[in-house]
Amino acid sequence: MIGEIFSYSFLVRALFVGLFVSLSASLLGVSLVLRRFSMIGDGLSHVGFGALGISALLAAEPMVVTIPVVIISAFVLLRVSGKSRNGDSAIALISSSALAVGVIAVSVAGVNTDLNSFLFGSILSVSRSDGIVAAVLSVITILSYLMFYHQIYATTFDPAFAKATGINTGRYTALLALLTALVIVVGMRILGSLLISSLIIFPAAVAMKLGRTYLSVSIISALEAVLAFVLGFFLSYAFSLPTGASIVVVHMVLYVSASAVKFVRKR
Amino acid sequence: MILIEGKNLTLGYEGQGIITGLTFSVSEGDYLCIVGENGSGKSTFVKTVLGLVEPLKGTIILSGGLKKNAIGYLPQLSDIQRDFPSSVMEVVLSGCLNRHHRLFGYSAEEKARAREAICRMGMEEYRNKSFQELSGGQMRRVLLARALMATEKILFLDEPVTGLDPGAASELYSLLRRLNESGITVMMVTHDIHPALNDARTILHLSHNGWFFGTKEEYFASDPGQTFLKEAGHDR
Repeated sequence: MIGEIFSYSFLVRALFVGLFVSLSASLLGVSLVLRRFSMIGDGLSHVGFGALGISALLAAEPMVVTIPVVIISAFVLLRVSGKSRNGDSAIALISSSALAVGVIAVSVAGVNTDLNSFLFGSILSVSRSDGIVAAVLSVITILSYLMFYHQIYATTFDPAFAKATGINTGRYTALLALLTALVIVVGMRILGSLLISSLIIFPAAVAMKLGRTYLSVSIISALEAVLAFVLGFFLSYAFSLPTGASIVVVHMVLYVSASAVKFVRKR
Repeated sequence: MILIEGKNLTLGYEGQGIITGLTFSVSEGDYLCIVGENGSGKSTFVKTVLGLVEPLKGTIILSGGLKKNAIGYLPQLSDIQRDFPSSVMEVVLSGCLNRHHRLFGYSAEEKARAREAICRMGMEEYRNKSFQELSGGQMRRVLLARALMATEKILFLDEPVTGLDPGAASELYSLLRRLNESGITVMMVTHDIHPALNDARTILHLSHNGWFFGTKEEYFASDPGQTFLKEAGHDR
């Protein structure tokens, strides 16, 4: 079966793009979950859907519309969730509004638009150029994460101390928002806007059940993401299941197992 | 030698002054306690000294080789995430980021300094333990070690004994006393009268109707000092 997959170039492309995106999403996820920003990822994916709908309506290149819209929204969401006590509801409002705009735009754009692939992704139809963009953006994300690993750690763990010792915490929070936006735009091709936030949240959630240090949590998160993606990918191929949903189900199974391990360890 | 000097400061936020005309100084080797009721501007004072907010009026001058970003700050424990997965070593190492210039990872020298700081706080056996599993007193020691990574000159603690039992609190105080005796300047915001009575050399009292800055002896002879003693049940 594995040989079979590698004989199709579009499957190989999907596999590599998915691995890159999963890896970068999982690394960001640790900081996002620890900073209670998981909902921002979810909100952004809905904004991404709205932007995709509009790009379909305008017959524009999807990436050209989605990347700036999602990046701007990332900063807006970060601001509202940090400032106001109603941050949660603000995110929910923005999410559903963007979803509504997207649905209308798609329906106006007509029957040629594949609503299904916007919502649930279409990893197998990733074009060559999309694949290259996704890989490049993921590599940028992974490299920036590694380069600023310690600063991001300090900003997440204790922003007051970090600020007092001269770390520009605002800058690293902005970096986090920017990278999250990029990962979501790229990941939406694979899992669609409804499931992409699972690529960000699940690995971190699993890792935090098992790891006790920041380094181990980061590593487990990355490994879990790769494992879930590969397993989900092969399962969907073997049983002709939707790829995105299969990956999320594998994540879910791993999460339940990790919870069980933690439970047993505690007793 | 004076390390920190504030002249005719007005402190506050959003344009609202809380403290006006404040003048104080911290000399090398000093042990300064900052006391006063809630809402009297202690947190604003902390933020201003750390350079996180600008004073509304006046300036704070750092001298004697003390640089901005080199104050060993110990925040309130409530500001730190308790369920954060992190080893003691990771926490302490993050203290040297203000002088960190490598692109990836920490240098061997930085790691050695972190180990030394952990030892100095008597926490060597916990080096690879998880920070979130430590007791409140142990967490404070780890955060002290981190603060020592950021500075060799001055520690600034914000209510360090909140939530500690009396034993752990007095252990922390004697640790601070030893650090102070070894030449490190200590500044501490506190509600507890004991460090003010036992260890402090100078006191800054902030209140809604003014402030007092002076030596411990002057302070406890003054009205606000007498009131503090009375409230803490030490008036006899």
